[in-house]
Amino acid sequence: METKLPKLVRISIVGLGNVGSGVAEVIRRKQEEITRKYGIDLKIVGVADLPGAVVDENGLSEDAIRKFKSGETAEDMTTLDMIKDVEHEIVVETTPTNVENGEPGLTHILTALESDRHVVTSNKGPLALQYVKLMDLAASRGKELKFEASVGGAMPIISLVKDNLAGNGIISIKGILNGTCNYILTRMREEKLPYEHVLKEAQERGIAETDPSNDVAGRDTAVKLVILANSIFDRHVSYGDVEVAGITEITSEALKLADDAGYVIKLIGEVDGGGSGECLKVAPRLVPKDDPLNVGGTLNVATIKTDLAGDITVIGKGAGPIEAASAVLSDIIGIYR
Amino acid sequence: MKISMDIELTDIPGQLVLALKPVSDLGGNILSVLHQRDKKTPSGRIPVQLTLEIEEQGLNRLVERLKERDVNVVRIGKERLKESMMVLLIGHIVHTDLGETIDSIDSTGFAEVVELSLSMPGVDKKSSASVTLSAIGKEELKEALNILERTVNKKGIMIIPSI
Repeated sequence: METKLPKLVRISIVGLGNVGSGVAEVIRRKQEEITRKYGIDLKIVGVADLPGAVVDENGLSEDAIRKFKSGETAEDMTTLDMIKDVEHEIVVETTPTNVENGEPGLTHILTALESDRHVVTSNKGPLALQYVKLMDLAASRGKELKFEASVGGAMPIISLVKDNLAGNGIISIKGILNGTCNYILTRMREEKLPYEHVLKEAQERGIAETDPSNDVAGRDTAVKLVILANSIFDRHVSYGDVEVAGITEITSEALKLADDAGYVIKLIGEVDGGGSGECLKVAPRLVPKDDPLNVGGTLNVATIKTDLAGDITVIGKGAGPIEAASAVLSDIIGIYR
Repeated sequence: MKISMDIELTDIPGQLVLALKPVSDLGGNILSVLHQRDKKTPSGRIPVQLTLEIEEQGLNRLVERLKERDVNVVRIGKERLKESMMVLLIGHIVHTDLGETIDSIDSTGFAEVVELSLSMPGVDKKSSASVTLSAIGKEELKEALNILERTVNKKGIMIIPSI
């Protein structure tokens, strides 16, 4: 009897922060299952971080990745040399988001596509700044550029719209795309505490960063909206086109007044197809308590308004290394289905 | 036009149907009927509260026809402002001339501020308020929100509309 050999898919991971390390872990954890279910054999042949890259064409072990990350072993080559010269199929780009110029992620992605490799990324910066250029390059090379992890973490939006809701016209998407803001507003309402107090608590719990401004000023949500506007609505917009307000001015008294009238306050990102009454904005909004967008804690949620299916709402974990890695893994498998 | 109307029927069977028939005959639309069979007026009649939609010119004829059928019309209320929404304001609401803020809506003629709750935690702290706007229609309500947004933006007050 003839057994079909699984297809070898060699991967490099650029950026060994939470998400990149999470991707390495889920690939290790799920390897056999993925081979069995999808007929592909995932092998991590290179990882890169600030100092450069380590590579092994036979696959890097958990130990080898850990030693490189902790600085015990030196780099074999530069990150760009690894992307260009090491034989592999997919570059997973998970360096931190930079919305000023998109670097270093932008160069990584451009180099990977020019080297005829597929790219799966969680990095919002390059997508928010150079979406059209990147997608055109990928198309001209016949390669995929996938980025489900960049919006809503584990919560599927992009593939949900492109695959499962294919044939539907998408009218608008609105939702909570930042778990930190949702946590702060939820706690302020529940505990009747002022903003500064809850922010401190969120920082102590690792939910808010030391410099929380990207989250609380609404910028993170705005960048994600730009990605949705470009990828789902073909709107050709960038970060500067978004009307942005954050949550720093919200008072516990306002939350109480909203509560009395049957509402909660949430930081809502909203985007539609453009044209008349076009919308691309991030702002605190009143949400009726019985609306599906009223989810608490650090959860993300999005309601997708469609012309055939009506409203579809997805809820999921927006952050966390394994959750984001879940979206990266789905994108990887999606390339070979 | 939306109308609320209190009428009184004589206490014999079939009177309610008799009273409602002219509404549809005149092209009106009954929105609700509150018929309290167990409550009687001092004169022994049955009170009924109606809410209906009817053209303004049809209203006088409706009242005439009800009288012809021995139905007493005791009150007619025109509910002009049909659409409402709540918004929150955060900022120095009172000291930036709250009267003028409200007047920017009330002076439109098509919308009003019908409710306002204010929370003032301290003299130098920002106040929060919930404001209910009512308008004669959906478009007018939207326009009222735009006007309020422009008015409070100039005063450095944050506005939080509903989704």
